[in-house]
Amino acid sequence: MPTIEQLTWILLFAPCAAVAGILLFTRRSPSVSAAVSIGAVLLSFAAAVKLFLTVAGGVALVIPPHIWLSIGPLVVEWGAVVDRLSVLMLLVVTGVGAAIQIYSLGYMKGDPGVSRYFAYMSLFTFSMLGVVMAPNFIQMFMFWELVGVSSYLLIGFWYDRPAAAAAGQKAFIVNRIGDAGLILGILTIWACAGTFDFARLATTWQGLGLGATTLAAAAALVFCGAAGKSAQLPLHVWLPDAMEGPTPVSALIHAATMVAAGVYMLCRVAWLIEASPAVMTAIAWVGGLTALMAALIAVTQTDIKRVLAYSTLSQLGYMMLAVGLGGSTEAMFHLTTHAFFKALLFLSAGSVILALHHEQDIWKMGGLWKRMPLTFLAFLVGTLALGGIWPLSGFYSKDEILVLAMEHNRALLGIGLVTALLTAFYMGRVLFVVFFGGARDQRLTGHVGESPAVVTLPLVFLAVLSVVGGWQAAVPHFLSPAYHAGTLSDKVMAGFLAVPVFGFMLAWRVYGKAPADDAELRRMLGPCYRVMEGKFYFDELYAWLVDTVQDGIAGLCENFDRWIIRGLAVGSITGTMRALGWVVRVVQSGNLRFYIFVTGAGVVALLVWMMAGGR
Amino acid sequence: MIVGLNHYLAVSAILFSLGLVCLLVRRDALLILMGLEMNLNAANLALVAFSRFGRGASGQVMTFFVIAIAAAEVAIGLAIVVALYRKRKSVNLDDFRTLRN
Repeated sequence: MPTIEQLTWILLFAPCAAVAGILLFTRRSPSVSAAVSIGAVLLSFAAAVKLFLTVAGGVALVIPPHIWLSIGPLVVEWGAVVDRLSVLMLLVVTGVGAAIQIYSLGYMKGDPGVSRYFAYMSLFTFSMLGVVMAPNFIQMFMFWELVGVSSYLLIGFWYDRPAAAAAGQKAFIVNRIGDAGLILGILTIWACAGTFDFARLATTWQGLGLGATTLAAAAALVFCGAAGKSAQLPLHVWLPDAMEGPTPVSALIHAATMVAAGVYMLCRVAWLIEASPAVMTAIAWVGGLTALMAALIAVTQTDIKRVLAYSTLSQLGYMMLAVGLGGSTEAMFHLTTHAFFKALLFLSAGSVILALHHEQDIWKMGGLWKRMPLTFLAFLVGTLALGGIWPLSGFYSKDEILVLAMEHNRALLGIGLVTALLTAFYMGRVLFVVFFGGARDQRLTGHVGESPAVVTLPLVFLAVLSVVGGWQAAVPHFLSPAYHAGTLSDKVMAGFLAVPVFGFMLAWRVYGKAPADDAELRRMLGPCYRVMEGKFYFDELYAWLVDTVQDGIAGLCENFDRWIIRGLAVGSITGTMRALGWVVRVVQSGNLRFYIFVTGAGVVALLVWMMAGGR
Repeated sequence: MIVGLNHYLAVSAILFSLGLVCLLVRRDALLILMGLEMNLNAANLALVAFSRFGRGASGQVMTFFVIAIAAAEVAIGLAIVVALYRKRKSVNLDDFRTLRN
């Protein structure tokens, strides 16, 4: 039986070994590559379960760090942190990851790049586990960037589609903007405290006697990185485009795990943001506004994956809201349940997309529940969980956040409730349009059947988790044993439950009659519909910024370079030399005897000068 | 008449001037090489004379160096002249002005 430390390293490096194995040896045979990758993630999952049981048994795990780099005062360590927070996240990443990789067997069947796909998936798993287990900022940042790379690779997996290639680049570039803030934040913290280690910083950070501005700057810069990775306003634009990747990728990376990394990091460094109340308020508002805005956009989207993508944004907004109100535990609770039901929703959407030969427009689907009953049930469970219907997991975790908002900030509670209403509405919209009514496109949906078992089994697994994930608030109790769920009066509970129920009823009222298109909603919302459909014009705004502001500055710089640097500074030097050369060139006649004559004349002149007494 | 240092130096100077004139007025590469030899030997003569009338043998040592270098120079110079002749069928230096400017 391996020791805990060995187990930790097996957990982390099994997917890494899988990447190396696939890329070096088994590229030619997709089935072996898939087996290697799935075997690795299952091994990691087993190790995570063992670690979970150990930690839950109350055994404190300390993996002693090794010094990796030591340059003067800069000491970078290499280690792993296995505590309640990370072990929960490890379980989510490996458990959901294993389900999704098995699902991929069915979804990616016949694709020419299956080996590459599984190599990237393993790379992602490795990097995500690294982020979760990192005990210091530098190690976390390394894996953080690796996560970004694997996300880029997987979004652009079908690189021959221009949209996918562009989406990959967009995700990478937008993340860079956030990460620039993150590395500045890390350096600020190091400059102030002289260490990167989370545990040491957690105990010393408050006692350093730093000014409020410094504290706020460090927290805000680190939040920049979290906002980029977790797609918060105003860096949210990459996530919807990331849906160009294969659907299992969207489920794993852009719904369940990677986008949650920002939230996880903020929970990990709760000591940092708690030191600055102003930044906490800002985080709460960014989260709240992201939640509301994304929900509004989701109402008008017609691509099934994009609706889910905006829904993810919205739920991440909830988590940020909780973090900003000091509720790390609540945020992690919602992160966990969200990982279950959002992965479930994406995978069932993927099952539909697979059956319809990669058609993603909901207005071409319809009446699918009879043809794909298992997928329908899975999607139904996911929808109800996401909407927050008792007794599914989403109800508990969302309630905790709403209660938190009720205690601290009534305005944010209002935003949270409106978002909950919208969530139920747009999920109801998708559910009714896709699965109910009659077939809109008989040719497309006329003879589809249920997906194979390799696709539906992970759905069942995730559906069970989505149902029981919130059971007795086990997750928050595990995270902090002192935690007690907000004592809710039945009246408030009923109120929180009434909101999504009302949303679903509204959706039924609009979409229950199986309309052919979105005309009724368009009529109800009027001009608002166009703004929401246009995603509040963020992409256009950024395009304008790049086109006018950045290109303007670039033009200015180019002209400065062309006229001042090249024309004046460099030009004057080269011009002088050129003129000088032009004068001296006359002497170079090529006539040997002329050279001799000049030499001789020179000698004679020198002689005469010396004899005349010159010195 | 006692032959002194100045006589040697005068002969050396005349020899050098003749060589220089040869370098300046001749166009034939072979003759220019000969003029060069005259220059070198004028210098040799002066060196030996200084050595004879001065103290020490350093002037004579220098002369051997000059002779050795002159031999090497003639070997290379004649080779170049032969190569030039093969290429251009001419040894007239006025025909070789491609390194102008």
